[in-house]
Amino acid sequence: MKQLVILSGKGGTGKTSITAAFANLAKNGNPPINAILADADVDAANLELVTRPKRLESHEFIGGEIAVIDPNRCHACGICEQVCRFDAVIPPDSSQAVYRIDPIACDGCAACVYQCPEYAITMQPQKAGNWYHSLSLYGDLYHADLIPAQENSGKLVTVVKQNGRLRALDTGAQLLIVDGPPGIGCPVISAVAGADLGLIVTEPTPAGSHDMERALQTIQHFRIPALVVINKADLNREKTAEIQNYCKEKQVEVLGEVPYDPLISEGMKQGLDIVAYHSTSPASQAIKAIWTKVLERLSLLGGAS
Amino acid sequence: MRMANNNPLKIAVASGKGGTGKTTIATSFALSIINDISESLLFLDCDVEAPNAHLFLKPQLTEEKPVEILIPEVNESLCTHCGECAKVCQFQAIAVLGNKTLVFPQLCHGCGSCTMICPANAIQEIPKSIGVLQKGTAGEIKFARGVMDIGEPMAVPIIRQLKKWVAPLEPQITIIDSPPGTSCPVVESIRGSDFLILVTEPTPFGFHDLKLAHQVAKDLQIPAGVIINRENGAFSELEDYCKEENLPILMRVPFRRNIAEGIAKGRNLIEILPEMSASFQNIYHQITTLVK
Amino acid sequence: MKIALTTTAPNLEAQLDPRFGRCAYVLIVDSETLEFKAHPNPALNSSGGAGIRMAQFVSDLKPDAVISGDFGPNAASALQSAHLPMYLFGDSQSVKDVIERFKSGKLTKV
Repeated sequence: MKQLVILSGKGGTGKTSITAAFANLAKNGNPPINAILADADVDAANLELVTRPKRLESHEFIGGEIAVIDPNRCHACGICEQVCRFDAVIPPDSSQAVYRIDPIACDGCAACVYQCPEYAITMQPQKAGNWYHSLSLYGDLYHADLIPAQENSGKLVTVVKQNGRLRALDTGAQLLIVDGPPGIGCPVISAVAGADLGLIVTEPTPAGSHDMERALQTIQHFRIPALVVINKADLNREKTAEIQNYCKEKQVEVLGEVPYDPLISEGMKQGLDIVAYHSTSPASQAIKAIWTKVLERLSLLGGAS
Repeated sequence: MRMANNNPLKIAVASGKGGTGKTTIATSFALSIINDISESLLFLDCDVEAPNAHLFLKPQLTEEKPVEILIPEVNESLCTHCGECAKVCQFQAIAVLGNKTLVFPQLCHGCGSCTMICPANAIQEIPKSIGVLQKGTAGEIKFARGVMDIGEPMAVPIIRQLKKWVAPLEPQITIIDSPPGTSCPVVESIRGSDFLILVTEPTPFGFHDLKLAHQVAKDLQIPAGVIINRENGAFSELEDYCKEENLPILMRVPFRRNIAEGIAKGRNLIEILPEMSASFQNIYHQITTLVK
Repeated sequence: MKIALTTTAPNLEAQLDPRFGRCAYVLIVDSETLEFKAHPNPALNSSGGAGIRMAQFVSDLKPDAVISGDFGPNAASALQSAHLPMYLFGDSQSVKDVIERFKSGKLTKV
């Protein structure tokens, strides 16, 4: 079973739109590929908006733990504030004579728990979100939503991927397609773990190429083979050429270019990926050609294994 | 038009969804108001994983400071392998296996708990670089940002240190460019702001994520307003939501291919549409009224 | 010999679970008698360092060898430190298959 992760560095380059199109091509293309989908962008999960999923299971997700001070045991000695490195301890004020923990600032390190002389502090698990198993137009979809303002340590990403992976093992699926988050931090690191191939979707803007470089370095830092797709490539031909040259220098293959296509947005409003919405549109054709190459690079062109 | 403002004002720009135009709008906002105010203005790029504001503002960077967290170093000759450090560590960053105590720096949050607990005083802390802070100016605009090292997982400590580092500048106005998403790095960036501008696009993805970002604003009790970017006809769900939630729509930027191409060439919004400058100045005025 | 191996279910008929840190179960099996004890993975819910947690857990069970599909870099460092030899499943199809191959020295050592 292979794992493909789609990243971008910069948000808004078209990761999810392209992932959804890939999912469609896996199911309905030639050869059909038995694939499981995982939306690893748990912060702002959009894959479900273009794959029409029917929810099968819903699970609570307990994120990290945060420290909670028992006001009845607190003697206001202030040691917790001294040891906390995350500015998460609120000292007494006119409204309270004891110390309190700011749940948003708390890192969950438990240093205060072990240093409190009154044993007044305990770690309590926090519900951070939910994860789901749904059946989309293109197969099993694992996705999640993080409660806003919660910590996104990558744990929920791991849970989503892990369940996708187990399902793939159970059903003999050939491929796990992971729609990755923007950025390069812990959620991205969790999303790329175990990937056989990382596909970076970029756009020919200064921010797009700048962040593509960072995403590329991140994937390579974790020794995962990387490929690039330039989306909205005709918006700035000069910049697209620059990106092509950069990738050539770094010996990273550019799998293809996708033209800017307003039909993608229209399809999104109908809850559909571009291939479903308009299978012969310029973007659809470009994505189809790219998908064939993706399968080649993953050695999946032999069809069902 | 001179705008008087006595209390320091922090305006954050966020979106939920990446790619809606946060940085484009935030930098254009700064460039629009700088020539019309007498107050000092700081632009803070808190998107430390993938900072882009410098591409629009083109600042001269004059100062740099490494961001470090303290991680444990075990003195094996003093270590008794009792395992207390591993027990207290919440992140599996220190483990006792066989007769060695191993530290995994990339998992360490730098909390110091293991160091404090070690009964043999066998742990000392050493600094580990996780990123860099940079300061400079773009004309009259003071500029600062954080840049996370590749391969580092955590943005939050960098954002936190960035804000501390710029505090002595005491700018009267701060514009904060926050990262995409709605989780801890965003919260760390926008905490303490007086107003939040939510930049969205009128698409299902944009709207879905706007609601999440708005929830963060509500949790942090920060008043908010919306800028709709790339508008191409009305998106009724978005309009209804803003009405129901009393979210003022501060501005609408139309979708036009020439704007997209201009941005792609590295120009900022007010270079492409100079009339936007007056609109941003109006927004500034609106915000100062809304936060009173 | 006592062998630790990672599976998706707590019995000898289970499918092999290829990832060490994120496996569902670890089985400790006597390679001669096939007596076994199954343990659910204590690290399944860890956000990071699952491999390290699993390594600590497995090392406390004192097996003679650890076999899985793949060991992440942290898990590998940890198990090496504990002087636990690591082997890879390779093409093995079942728990019994792995044990036979281990006994005849056919498994790749990490």
